[in-house]
This record gives sequence, structure tokens and C-alpha cells, in this order.
Amino acid sequence: MEAASIPSGDRAPLARSPLARLPDRALKLGLTVLAALILALIVYFFIRLVGQARPAFAKEGVLGFVFGNDWNVSAEHFGALPLLVGTLITSALALLIGVPVAVASAIYATELCPLRLRAPLTLLVELLAAVPSVVYGLWGIFFLAPKLQGAEQWVADRLSFVPFIGGGLVTIPNYFITGLILAIMILPIVSAISREVMSTVPADHKEAALGLGATRWEMIRIAVLPYCRSGIVGGAMLGLGRAIGETIAVTILIGDAPKLGEHLFAQGYSLAAVIANEFGEAQGVHRSALFAAGLVLFVLTLLVNGVARMLVIRAARTKGSGSARSESTTDSIAGTAVGA
Amino acid sequence: MSTHSASAAGPELGQLTRFAVSPARRRKDRFARGTILAGTVIALIPLVLIVYYLLRKGLGAWSTSFFTTDPTGNTFFGGSNIGGIKSAILGTIEIVALASAIAVPVGIGVAVWLVEYGKNSWFAQAVRFFVDVLTGVPSIVFGLFVYIVLVVGTGSTYAGYKGSIALSLLMLPVVIRSAEVILLLVPGALRESALALGAPRWRVIFNIVLPTALPGMITGVLLAVARAAGETAPLLFTAAATLKTNFNLGGFMNSLPVQIYKDVTSPTTAVVNRAWGAALTLVVMILLLNLIARLIARRSRLA
Repeated sequence: MEAASIPSGDRAPLARSPLARLPDRALKLGLTVLAALILALIVYFFIRLVGQARPAFAKEGVLGFVFGNDWNVSAEHFGALPLLVGTLITSALALLIGVPVAVASAIYATELCPLRLRAPLTLLVELLAAVPSVVYGLWGIFFLAPKLQGAEQWVADRLSFVPFIGGGLVTIPNYFITGLILAIMILPIVSAISREVMSTVPADHKEAALGLGATRWEMIRIAVLPYCRSGIVGGAMLGLGRAIGETIAVTILIGDAPKLGEHLFAQGYSLAAVIANEFGEAQGVHRSALFAAGLVLFVLTLLVNGVARMLVIRAARTKGSGSARSESTTDSIAGTAVGA
Repeated sequence: MSTHSASAAGPELGQLTRFAVSPARRRKDRFARGTILAGTVIALIPLVLIVYYLLRKGLGAWSTSFFTTDPTGNTFFGGSNIGGIKSAILGTIEIVALASAIAVPVGIGVAVWLVEYGKNSWFAQAVRFFVDVLTGVPSIVFGLFVYIVLVVGTGSTYAGYKGSIALSLLMLPVVIRSAEVILLLVPGALRESALALGAPRWRVIFNIVLPTALPGMITGVLLAVARAAGETAPLLFTAAATLKTNFNLGGFMNSLPVQIYKDVTSPTTAVVNRAWGAALTLVVMILLLNLIARLIARRSRLA
């Protein structure tokens, strides 16, 4: 009697028919496959890149390629040290100049500025992220570099006793100007993450500092900065990742000279720039060497970004209000709000 | 504090200083605040200069024929009749449109999976980690990848759609991360009520979760599009560059960033001026996308 009222006996009264459950299963399966594809894609990418880079590594040896100080296309010598050094110098300069300015603007926006100014100020700094890389290159080479050449020469002359900085002839494209443009380019992301982390400092801490008689600056130094340290360092590392991978602005501004520059104001080359500049005409081992340069770049950014993510996420998790939300907003800022 | 001590101490002004901040500390405070303000001003200087020079040089290059003619490739002889940037504008729009058509459904699909199915499983954590890895990959490396797979791999040459695929790889992590954040903000109670009313999971996702999250997701998508539109490096060895307007994504295709990059290196003043005009065009397009994204974000009921 009872069994007759239920169409198929082995199913509970409220369960859906297998047919009605089909779309659900299909959706779950489809989306899971999609997510798995992302994983597969990166692994596949890595393997293919290694495969293409192999002839260059076979010719020069892995260490010989990375640390060989001789990039000579016509002689088929491919030592990427000048490129690696160019990438590292310009990125380090970008951090040195960009991070203090970015952190200052973040402190100003979160702690010091009048409430009415906060939103416009944030917007203005983020507008910097909307300017494309090639436009920074254009502006840098036709405006900033010629305007600063005199000042750079002055500094180089005054500091002629300092090795690697002074003494030489300043060219329009050089390491310093590239680092300066990179500093402007990483400013929005470092500033945005610093701001995000600073906004997680509990008001209690700040009020406690002020209540004990601290001045505004002492409050910032005692309550805000120690609380945000790992978050700010993480933001700086994300900026470093950007600077290392930045291509077009660097290609335009660094001078594309395939040798180690003698000093800070000399022309050089970077890993990304060499690919952009030489790939079009490259053949055989040269092309493979460019793939190898891409691989070195890839691994370098992977390491830097890995450390950065760890720091930012840990800052948000242990220090923040402890909620999943603050973590995800930090990540979203890192990924989207200043996605340039 | 000082007002309190003042009322307690009455007319004895000497008492005031006992609780007031010492001059040295006050000086330090003022100095530190001044430094921070100076840093903020320094941060804004490049923006002002870039906008000023873009407008000054870019508006000078703008004209009707600038937008309605293709570049002629005639870059010598004093730069007469060098042509405009029509093919570059149309190329950028076509390439970015196809890139969005690839990256947006895939990205939102992965985000939905992360939020609705994957949650905090090890597999979902692995996917999140790899998406973060994608975020950090330099754009030129994406160009190399697409070159290896689609140019070397197929034995063919450059094409517009290959550029689109490179850009879509670049957009993917941005779309996934922003969509995931927004989807997490959809209240669990909404999902639970729909499930309790007997709706199957897929209907909950399509009829409840996605519509609620839509405005926020559009914001993330527009920011990703704005990012992709300004990229040069991934297009260099995938879509290449050409002069003619091309509506066939299977052929070589011009784009604004690549056109600017080619023009920057020219010794001819007129060609460099065209680069400024093209740069202003590109920045205006990207700023419009950003503006729309922000307006939608403000209207969103979530976030």
C-alpha cells in the first residue's frame, strides 16, 4: 500500500529523482574540472617552458646561463648575469624609493588626513595604477629622463668617490631612471595594501596610546606600525614582484645595452626587456636562451610572490580581526583594486 | 589632559607644563607629521605631471583623421602622412572583447566552485594558491607561453585571437579573486532559505547567488578588462602588429599599446606625437572603465 504511493521504492519520500539531480551533478563536475584545469595549465606551462629553455641550458649549463657575464648574440654566448643584475638593481631601487612614499601616503590617509579628504586621496593614488606600462615608458623617456639628466649628472659628479654611483657619464636611459619609474608604478599596490592593513589596527590600541599621553606620531610608531609590519613587508614584496616582471616601461627606459652597466646612471638590460626586445628576430639557441630568461624571471617572481602572499595573509589572519573577511579583502585588494 | 590640569591648577600657569607634551616630543611629532605629508604629496606629483603631459601632448595630436585613418607605416621623410590609429583602437577593442569572453565565464565559474563546492578543502586551497601564482606571473611570460603553445605548437603564425588568449590568462586571476570575494559576501541565509524551499543547488547558484553578486562581480570584471587593455608585452609575440584595420581575429592585429610601443622608438617627431595621442586615447578608455567599475561598486548592495 505504502510502496505504491511512492514511484520508486528505494527512494526516500522527499528525495529528488535521479533525473532531477542530474543538472546538479553536471554543474559540480563541470566547475570542478574547470578549477582543475587552472592547476593543470600552470604545470603544463612550466613543463613547456623548461622544454623550450633546455637547448640554452644544455649549451651554457644552468649556472653558466644564470651567472655568466656575457650576453653576446652574434657570438652565441648567453650568460644572463647582466640581465639579472639589471632586473635586481632596478627593482631594488623601486622598493627603496617607492615603499617609504607609499607607506607615508597610507599613514596619512588612514591616521592623519581629514575624513573628507580620505576618499579623494585614495582614489588619486589608485589612478596611478590605471596608467598602462607603455604610457609610463613614453612619459619617462620623453619627459622625466631628459628633465632629470642634469640633476643626475650633478649627483654623479658630487659622489664621484662612491663606487658604482658616481663618476661616470649619465645617459638618458639608465638604471636609476628605470628604478624611479618602477617606484611610481608599484606605489599604488604598496599603498593600497598598507592602507588595508592599517585599517585593521584595533581602535582600542590607538586610543590606549593616545590616552597614555602619546602624540599622534608616537601613537603611529607604538600602536600602528608594529601591528602592521608584516603586512607592509608583504605589500612591498608584492610590489617587488611587479617591478621584477615589468616589461615595456623598462625596455623603453633601461637602454637595452647587453652588458653590466659600470654605475647607477649607465645603460643596462633586464630579463623582461631582453625578451621583449630580441624575441622577434631570435632564432635557434638565441630563442631558447630567451625562453630560459623567461623561466628565470618566472621562478624569481614565483619566489618573491610566494613570500609576499604568506606575509600578507599571515598579517591579516593573526593580527586582523581574525575573520576570514579581512583576509579575503586584503587579497582582493592585492589582486584587483589596483590591478595594473 | 591639559584642560583638566588647567582647571585643577587654577591660575598657577606653571602647573600646566607638568602634564603638557615636552617641546622635544612636540617637535618630533611635528617633524614626523610633516615628513608623512611630504611623502603623500610626493606620491601625487607623478600623477599630476603625467596627466598634464598626456593632455598637453595628446590633445595636440587628436584630430578627426587621427581616429578615422589607419597608420600608413610611412615613418620617414619628415613624417608627412603618417596616418592615425583607427586600426589600433579597433584591434584593442576586438582583442580585449574576445579575451573577456574567455576569461569572464571561466573565472566566475572557478570562483563559484571555490565558494559553493571547494570551500576549504585541500583541493580548493591548491586552486587558490595556483590562482595567486597566476597573479604574480609577469605578463611577458604569458606572451611566451601562448607563443610556445599556439604559435610553435601549431606551426602557424601570429593572430589576434592568440593575443586574446594571452590577455585572458592575465585577466583570469583578477576575475576569480574579485568574484570569490563578492560571492563570499552573499549571505548564507539566502542560500539556506532557497535550499529549504526545495530549490536544487544549481538553481540556488543561478537564481539566487549569482544575481545577488552580479554588481560586485561586474566591478571586478571591468577592472580586469581595464588591466588587460593596457598590456603590451603579451601581445608582442601573439597578435603582433599590423597597419590595416582587421576584423578577422585569425589574422595579425594592431592594438593601442603595441602601436604606442612601436611609435616611441621612432626618431620622427610626428610619429612620437602620434604615440602621445594614442596614449591619451588608451588612458581615457581605461579611466572610463575604472569609473564605471567604481560607480557600479558604489551601487552594489553587498560590499
